Amino acid sequence: MRADARPTAATKGRHRHHSRLADVNPNATLLDVRDLKVEFRTRYGVSKAVNGVSFSLEAGETLAILGESGCGKSVTAQAIMGILDTPPGYVTGGQVLYRGVDLLRLASEERRKSRANLIAMIFQDALSALNPVFTVGFQLGELFRVHRGMSRSDGRKKAIELLDLVKIPAARQRVTDFPHQFSGGMRQRVMIAMALALDPDVLIADEPTTALDVTVQAQVMNLLAELQRERNMGMILITHDMGVVADVAEKISVMYAGKIVERAGVHEIYASPAHPYTKALLESIPRVDMKGHELSVIKGLPPALSNLPPGCNFAPRCRFARDRCRHDVPPLYQLGSEYGRVDATGTLRGSACHYWEEVVAR
Amino acid sequence: MTELSVTPGPHVPAPRLGEVVLEVRDLVKYFPITRGVVFKRKIGEVKAVDKVSLQLRRGETLGVVGESGCGKSTLAKLLVGLETPTSGDIAVQGQNLSKLSSRALTRARRNIQMVFQDPYTSLNPRMTVGDIVGEPFAIHPEVAPARDRRRRVQELLDLVGLNPDHINRYPHQFSGGQRQRIGIARSLALKPEILICDEPVSALDVSIQAQVVNLLEELQNELGLAYIFIAHDLSVVRHISDRVAVMYLGKLVEIGQDTDIYDHPTHPYTQALLSAVPVPDPTLRGHRDQIVLEGDVPSPANPPSGCRFRTRCWKAQEVCAIDVPALTVRPGSNHPSACHFAEERDVVHAVE
Repeated sequence: MRADARPTAATKGRHRHHSRLADVNPNATLLDVRDLKVEFRTRYGVSKAVNGVSFSLEAGETLAILGESGCGKSVTAQAIMGILDTPPGYVTGGQVLYRGVDLLRLASEERRKSRANLIAMIFQDALSALNPVFTVGFQLGELFRVHRGMSRSDGRKKAIELLDLVKIPAARQRVTDFPHQFSGGMRQRVMIAMALALDPDVLIADEPTTALDVTVQAQVMNLLAELQRERNMGMILITHDMGVVADVAEKISVMYAGKIVERAGVHEIYASPAHPYTKALLESIPRVDMKGHELSVIKGLPPALSNLPPGCNFAPRCRFARDRCRHDVPPLYQLGSEYGRVDATGTLRGSACHYWEEVVAR
Repeated sequence: MTELSVTPGPHVPAPRLGEVVLEVRDLVKYFPITRGVVFKRKIGEVKAVDKVSLQLRRGETLGVVGESGCGKSTLAKLLVGLETPTSGDIAVQGQNLSKLSSRALTRARRNIQMVFQDPYTSLNPRMTVGDIVGEPFAIHPEVAPARDRRRRVQELLDLVGLNPDHINRYPHQFSGGQRQRIGIARSLALKPEILICDEPVSALDVSIQAQVVNLLEELQNELGLAYIFIAHDLSVVRHISDRVAVMYLGKLVEIGQDTDIYDHPTHPYTQALLSAVPVPDPTLRGHRDQIVLEGDVPSPANPPSGCRFRTRCWKAQEVCAIDVPALTVRPGSNHPSACHFAEERDVVHAVE
């Protein structure tokens, strides 16, 4: 199946021409996602998985996209990478601007070149992301053979260099091993090596350490941070773990039911969350001083994406909700500069709550 | 019937709660590694659980933490009788399970039930909730007469916060958190005193996790249950546990009150484990004493000699390769630790 996000009826009318990678403007924002919309069309109806997500990323920055399962964070990443399963998934609107060029409008051959060269991705489960019937050396070398036209032996040399880079001991011997011969942490390193092979500017890490033990998680996160610093990459970290986010991210976008409900710098969001969902998530983490007390819970369940409630999606579970929330869809309100800024470019914080002033004050 | 004496040895902190309901002594489980298809020869052993001793009191929660492959799930299976121990004793309320007749064993097992990790695979998709929760009554018919079962199942559903009218629904009609409640209802059917929870919240989202943790605590207060709570999430374990045991490669390396383990850890592995847990507080970034271990957990089929942690330990010396460190109270600390060089180190709080 072609995994490309095809131009759909909605986008076709507006943009008849493809964008080209030759038009890349080195001064434009590294990655600027604007109003991205993705839906899944199934026999049972249309699920709106991503409903207008916007964020930007500069070189060297780490943006965390935080959310629970089913909030659309992985689908956002797949749409940016252009690896969405089509059908049933369709990008129905928005732009993914890489240095000013809309990746969603690239011709499929150019789109393919953008992957791994410009934007690369690390997946959660390395065992299923790697091909079990080829050696890791072959799979790493494949990138150089396909994208750089290298010979097999040169590809293999590159593969050894990469395994060294991600600190796999005895790289020269291990290059001929198969994925199942590596431990979980080592496999994740192989995948990081694969993502970094062609020196991308943007790295998307989708739950890179969720399947790993904490001591190995610490190793892998440290490695990622080090490589990011060395190469000045922009990184999008997709996770549900608020501990990992606090350790590595500079800015955070919190997603709920396919929308970004809060945008803030890492220090501000933990100190003074401005959306009831973020606040409730932070409160539901067990804390030392809460021992012996009930954990605070978010009552109910996330809504079904095929049947989103009118108004604010979080309203049915929200303790701040009033009548207005049940029919007025809240926009992403901008907070005043006194609440801090999101990044170096001076973006203001955002909260998709009509009553954010009440939430942030408490 | 054989009784195990329950004298509190040096391993056990002063009795604080009720009487001992579960005592495990020198529990060992080796899985054979075989070669050959027709004529199987044993070529080695995986030492999954190696001489584990612990006690559990009424109404108490003992947290068991450790990385994958450390033997914590095997320990759980041994306790509920899903695996037969290679050696060692498990005594439930003074009854040594290995010495019981099969009928007495069936009866004794009612008292110790299990909640499984994955609520998506531990419930039979072809059975209704009523059948799932009522199945223990089919195995132990003397607990509830047949005509009474439906009512008992509805009571159980109510107890775990599910709608009793949903008794005829199937598991796929419930969310992950609700399914875990079904699993908990099933484990409570036979009114056990001990519940073994093997990673009961790991498969759930954060907001749902809190609901299930609260439910478990409420049930404990209402019914006086004793829990063995196995998890890899150290913050959840800290929240729910009275005492915590740390496992590494089949052995207990440290055990004590929750405050002993979290605030005054003395075993290097406990320290490394605690320091590796990301803390949801960005102001602590770069201000914590983070110990990053090298390498991976060695294979339990061929564990290192002496102390099993020595291959990754920064304190290891010659003696560690020769002497297996015993789990005893070490000088300068008030709880048992299996390290020759046990020494307190604060890894949780910020350092200057």
